[in-house]
Formats: sequence, C-alpha cells, structure tokens
Amino acid sequence: MSTLLKLASRNIWRNKRRTLITAASILFGVFFASVMRCFQVGAWDNMINSVVKYYFGYAQIHKKGYWEEISLDKSMEHSADFSQIVKAYPEIIDLVPRLESFALASAEKATKGVMVIGIDPEPEHNLTSLKDKIIEGAYLEPDDNAVLVAEGLASFLNFSLGDTIVLISSGYHGANAAGKYPIKGITKFGSPDLNKRLIHLPLKQAQYFFAADNLLSSMVVNIKDKDELQSVMGHLKKELDPEKYEIMDYEELLPDLMEAKALDVAGGKIFMTILYTIIGFGIFGTILMLLRERRYEFGVLTAIGMKRHQISIMVWLELLFVGILGCILGMLLATPVVLYLESNPIEFTGDFAATYEKWGINPVLPAKFDLSIFGRQAWIILLMITLMAIYPFYEIFRLKPIKAMRS
Amino acid sequence: MSDIVIQASELHKTYDETAVPVHALRGVNLQIKQGEFTAIVGPSGSGKSTLLNIIGGLDRPSSGNIQVGGTDISTLNDNQLIDFRKDNIGFVFQSYNLIPVLTAKENVEFVMMLQGSSTEERDRRTKELMDAVGLGDRMHNRPSELSGGQQQRVAVARALAPKPTFILADEPTANLDSTSTANLLDIMARLNKEENITFVFSTHDQRVIDRARRVVVLEDGLIASDTAS
Repeated sequence: MSTLLKLASRNIWRNKRRTLITAASILFGVFFASVMRCFQVGAWDNMINSVVKYYFGYAQIHKKGYWEEISLDKSMEHSADFSQIVKAYPEIIDLVPRLESFALASAEKATKGVMVIGIDPEPEHNLTSLKDKIIEGAYLEPDDNAVLVAEGLASFLNFSLGDTIVLISSGYHGANAAGKYPIKGITKFGSPDLNKRLIHLPLKQAQYFFAADNLLSSMVVNIKDKDELQSVMGHLKKELDPEKYEIMDYEELLPDLMEAKALDVAGGKIFMTILYTIIGFGIFGTILMLLRERRYEFGVLTAIGMKRHQISIMVWLELLFVGILGCILGMLLATPVVLYLESNPIEFTGDFAATYEKWGINPVLPAKFDLSIFGRQAWIILLMITLMAIYPFYEIFRLKPIKAMRS
Repeated sequence: MSDIVIQASELHKTYDETAVPVHALRGVNLQIKQGEFTAIVGPSGSGKSTLLNIIGGLDRPSSGNIQVGGTDISTLNDNQLIDFRKDNIGFVFQSYNLIPVLTAKENVEFVMMLQGSSTEERDRRTKELMDAVGLGDRMHNRPSELSGGQQQRVAVARALAPKPTFILADEPTANLDSTSTANLLDIMARLNKEENITFVFSTHDQRVIDRARRVVVLEDGLIASDTAS
C-alpha cells in the first residue's frame, strides 16, 4: 500500500496544471456549497430562535390531549415533579408555567375577544424577553393584581396606562369568569395579530380569574443550548408519565414553519445537486484525460507484474488526493468567510427588515459556522470521486497490456 | 533438473480482427536453455514481436504450447499471468518505460516491492544491480535526469531485480547511440556470462546480432534459421 501511496502522491504532480484545475473546480464547489449551506442553516436558526423565543419555547409540556383540543378543561396540575426535573437536569434553565385561554375584554363602548395568558413574570421574561416589549408602564410582579395589554388592543379599546379593563370568560369546567384589572403596562409585539389580542396576567391572578386553582395550560421548556434539545426531550419523556402528559418540541409545535424549512432545504439540495453535477463533469473529464494519457503506462505496469486492482487503487488514490486537496482548500477559503458572516451577519434594511421585525424575527441573515457542514461537502466530493472511479476501474480491468502498449 | 527455460511447441498465432486474418506465427518450435544469449531477428511482420509477446506471457497463442520454466503459461488466467511475469520474466522495452515519478533506485526495486521483499533485501539488491550496470552514483536521479543509455541500463537492472527465470528484451538498443549500445551490450553479456542469466532479444540491430551467441531468424511466422556460435 505504501508503494501505491507513494506512486499516487507523486503522479498527481505529473500534470500540475490539470491537477490544479481539477482541485480548483472542487475548491469552487466546496466553497460555494459550504457558504450557501451555512447561510441556509444560519437563517433558519435565526428564524426558529426568534419564533421559539417569541412565544413557543423549544418544547412544551401539556396535559395529554391538550394540543389536539386546546381548552382550559385540558389543564394540568402544577405538580412538584416539574421543579424536580429542573433540579435534576442542568441543561434545563427553567420550566415556564402558563395558563392561557380566551376572554372578552370590555371598555366603555367596545368589546373584543382577547387571549389571556397567565405568567410567572421572571421566568417568562427569561424565555421571551417580555419585559423588553413594554413600551409604557412597568412589568408585572408575581403578586400584582394588574395586567399588561398589547398596544393594538389598548388602542382599539381606547385604553391607556392606569385604566381598568374588564374581562369576561368561561372558566375551568364552565365556571363564570369575570374580573377587572388596572393596566400596569402596554406591550408591543411585532406580530400584528398578537398585538391586537394579548393580555398578560400574573399566573395566580389568571388561575383565580379562570377558577383554575393550581392549574396550567402548559409548561414551556427553556433550555441552555438548542443542541441539547433532543437529550432534554429524552429526559422529559423518561421522567413524565406519558399517560398524563404530552411533551412536544418546537418542530411538533410549529409544523408550518418546519414544512417551510423542509421546502427551503429541498430547494437548496436541488441547487447543490446542480453544482456538484457540474463539478462531477470536471472530475470525470480529468479521469478521461488521465486514462487516455496513461494507457500505455498502465500496459507497461501490467506487463512487469502490477495487478489491475493495484493500478486501480493507485488511480483512485490519485483522484482522492486531488479531491482532498480541493476540499481542504475550499474549506480553508470558506472558513474565514463564514466566521466573518457569523459575527457580522448581513443586515436587512427597508421594507424587508420591517417585515422581519413585524414577525419578531431579527432582520439579519447570519451564517452558521458548523464543521459538520464542511465535512458533509467533503464527503460528497470524496463519494463522487469513488463512484466515478468505477469507470477507470472498468477500463483498467479490461486492459490488455499488448494493446495498451501499442496505443 | 532440466535446464530448458523456454519450450515453444507448434505455436500458431492468427489475428482475425481484420477482414483478412493475419497468420503471425505458423507453427514455431523453439527451445531456449538456461544461460543462452539469444537474438530473435527477422524483417518487420516476420512474427518476432508476436513470438516475444507469447514467450513473455503478454499474449496467448491461437494454438500450440508454451512452457516457461516448466509451467504451461498458455493455461494461466490473466491474474496468474501477471504474477507469473512478475516472478519469472524480466522485461526490457525499446523505450525504457521506467516509471517517471520514481527515482532510478525506486524503479529498480519496484517489482521487488510488488513481490513483498523486505527493505533490507531490496536495498542490498538494488545497490548491487545499480553498481553492476554502472549507475551506483545515480540511484536517486529520476528517469528524466538520465540519458537514454542510462535509462536503459536502469531498465536492465529493474528487469534483473526480482531474479527472473530469463530477461526478455524487445529492441533494447533501438533508441540508443552506438556508445550506449556498446555499454549496454557489455553489461548484458557480462551478466549472462558471470551470472548465467538467460537473455532473449528481438532486434534489428546488427551490433546486437553480432554479440548474440544464438541467432533465430523468423520469416513469415516460421523459423527460417537457428544458428549458434
């Protein structure tokens, strides 16, 4: 094998120009594929992080069947198990409790359907940065008997800070729910829909309002690192009784977003396939030239006792070396570009930025530096080379030394 | 033990890929013994290259039998033939055919590497052979850094390295000037005489024919004369 390695490593420099052109085409492919994929992953991470941090969290725990039929009657007990879980698994920052339902909000002459969310103010802020969305007034304290009203809703009902809002609803198991609360703060959300209908209450007040003492609609899981999500999901599924609870990650909570991502990724794959096909033709051209130029030499090598499989391995190694050279150069070139664009993402401006912000998404296009993306491009190239090496193998195996040496 | 190295019996070779079949060999019988220094001569188209290719296991006869060192090589499959050539036949080609990316030393030891010889054995044998062909000081030069004559001497050393049963040389002096030809012939004649190595040449070169101790003349696919001096 060392003989073949020596021969292959020296042979690639016999035709320097051809080797460099082939390596350059691989470099080009690896560079563009890596940068493009890093942008795609970065953009989706940004979007998912924004959506997750906006409201949903990376995962949620509900009473079994809640997501299928969202209703107060499907609320779960605020069990001591939850605080045990947070203590047991350091990857989990917190479990953020919520009690959510719908109500009618009334002012003097207007009424509007709203979404009421009972929250534990501190953990909620840690997850969704709710405090930062206050544009007027102050954030809630756990024992407050007051509400935060979204700006669009306040405007529709003609409310201002300090006014009292009246809420009417149907509570747990059909109990009457009615209450009046002073407005402690006005919040502003990017999403116009949320901006027109969100009211936040301290959790205790919400439980009292809905007659749902110690009940929760959901526990939102706040984790330290997104990459730990699968392990956290594993812990939660192990710890919580599947007959009582459903545990859903953001992919299950946001199926539309995941579908859009899958569509985008599929588009990216089509582009990559085209790119790699072009590179593949370049490599195959090199293979054809190599076979043509070295037919005589292969005949001589066979004549003096080199087996066909040894010649084939030598040729494969030569192609592999050129491929590795192109991959390494492509990765070396792409690394600083991706690292720069990760820390200095492309910033959107104008209407495009406004649209992003409206949906609570950071209006930037960041690249994500992920070595596995680079590695995958290298594997694709090396696999392509190995598959294409089948052709020279075939030619070498049917080579007749006499005919080859006459060529 | 028999000292017959090559035994060809009733060798026929017909190329029928063309519209008109070409009968390159028409029943050649030839016996070459250990230590012979034989030139196979004849005009173009006489069948000498075909005979050499069959003796060298590079081509198969249409009929007849060819035994090298007691092995009927016409019955070997492709892979077995490659192994047989590697271990039993040393080739010297008209255009040297050294591996351009290897040094002279690496070229000489190449077939030994394929045979799996140890580094020590390869080093010892390579040095011995490079000294024998007068190129002990050019071990680390690549073929492109050597003259045609020097390259052909390296090719002879390469052919001898795996200790083959015999050396088959196809027009070995065709590309050499007269000084290089004389040098090469001196080396081969010395190796033949001192180490009893069997050489079989195909040649047009009168200088080679003059030095051969046996001359086999082929005409129209048949041996026209076979003279030993």
